[in-house]
Amino acid sequence: MEIWNTIMEQGVLATASEILRWFFMLVFASELIVDIIMKGIGIGAILGVISVAAIVFTYAERKVCAFMQVRIGPNRVGGRYGLLQSIADMLKLMSKEDIIPEGCDRVVWALAPMLLFVPSALIYAFFPFDKGAAFADVNVGVFLMLAISSQAVLPFLMSGYASNSKYAFIGGIRTVAQMLSYEAPMVFSLLGVVMLSGSMRMCDIVEAQSQQLWFILMQPIAFVVFVISATAETNRTPFDLVEDESEIVAGPFAEYSGMRWALFFLAEYANLLSVSILFLPGVVWFGLKVLAMVFVFMWFRWTFPRTRIDQMLAFSWKVLLPLALANVLFTGVGIYARQWM
Amino acid sequence: MEEALSQLHGFVAWGLALAEEYGIPSLIEAGLFFLFAGLALSFACGVIFFRNVVHSALSLTATFICVACLYIFIGADFMGAVQILVYSGAVAVLIVMAIMLTRRDDMSHSNPSRGLFRHAGAIVVSGLFFLSMAAVALLSPFKPTRPILGDAAPGLADLMLTHYVLPFEVAAILLLIAMIGAIVLAKGADER
Repeated sequence: MEIWNTIMEQGVLATASEILRWFFMLVFASELIVDIIMKGIGIGAILGVISVAAIVFTYAERKVCAFMQVRIGPNRVGGRYGLLQSIADMLKLMSKEDIIPEGCDRVVWALAPMLLFVPSALIYAFFPFDKGAAFADVNVGVFLMLAISSQAVLPFLMSGYASNSKYAFIGGIRTVAQMLSYEAPMVFSLLGVVMLSGSMRMCDIVEAQSQQLWFILMQPIAFVVFVISATAETNRTPFDLVEDESEIVAGPFAEYSGMRWALFFLAEYANLLSVSILFLPGVVWFGLKVLAMVFVFMWFRWTFPRTRIDQMLAFSWKVLLPLALANVLFTGVGIYARQWM
Repeated sequence: MEEALSQLHGFVAWGLALAEEYGIPSLIEAGLFFLFAGLALSFACGVIFFRNVVHSALSLTATFICVACLYIFIGADFMGAVQILVYSGAVAVLIVMAIMLTRRDDMSHSNPSRGLFRHAGAIVVSGLFFLSMAAVALLSPFKPTRPILGDAAPGLADLMLTHYVLPFEVAAILLLIAMIGAIVLAKGADER
């Protein structure tokens, strides 16, 4: 019972890493080597989380979609519930022919999906998965994370340009318009959280939430703004104007096939997981909260119809940004008032 | 089992001592610096010598990212994040977008860098500039040690809102004017 309490206090992941560290210390007896090994394990764990999340989310997306449309969903591969459907999907994607479109800009075209995956995976380095379990707990964590996530714009533009297809090109330009305009409200909604916790370090933000109320309760406006702009950032319906299969085929993905195409989706699911993690960090409930948020995003996707690109950009600049700015102002006034009291 | 472990410990300690003796840690540090610096320089050359102007713009982005890595490498985390967010996040996208929207024809020969060698004047001027920059760098009393910046963001914020508040506000007004001007220009003639 006492051990249980210690684990709870320290956080599960931190305890696990301590045990591993103790074991390696026993074998190698050198801080440096153990540090290197632990970093390697951390990187492996992050990549593992992303790939497992992608497998689980493809299955979940199909099932959630099916239930919302009163269908059964995948039910052939892997028993009654189609549990192995994502594995089958993956095998299919890997064995597909790699079609390279005529007249495309070969190098840029091939680089785009790989570069798209880099920022979405890199963000995880700054996440506080648990108490004291962030891979790189830098002092400008939130800011660096936003900076890196903004790098996802250019690969879309690259694939849109390099595919040498008008649909892909329009999709690429739409991505830029959409992502740049939703970046602003997203940054300002996170600013309220940073103001409350008084630090941009991710672990401090988590700490601040365990001392006072959860930020989702203290900053409801910021949370709503964040969720909407995050939906737009991850290009999911109702904001998936980038793909938009009924207007521009599939936007920047139109000319990709097989594994290259799958990389786009890997990046999308990695982004989905990361925006779900952001606002609701915690200790043990972490996994549950994240899955609940992912479900909310899927719920959005299969409930709302797609908006139009001009409506969507106007919504960002005329509604979300003023809301986020007002939230920053009110948070500032609130903090000032509390100092006076 | 015990013996094997102690042998392994001895081997590890011997290897680490050897690495320390040959100065491997500082070598890795210097190697990383020269890797990022070299990458930044070669991408910068790519900006000039790529024949497709879109490739040049993408190469410029890579240069920005390498410079950000250098910032982070010397401990200026905040500066590095600003570099990534502003330069390779916003400026680069705008450059690429502007190129794509203004050029309609084939891009494969859009950057006329072939005639660059014929423009001897440009080379002379840039050579002189490089020499003067090198002279400034060599003659000024820079300390070669790494500065310890720590958490720079709160200090920056304090300075910006106390000592440098006037320049800060002037810059803000300038940006506001630029934004209003852009909106007026973008509204177009038919809406007036």
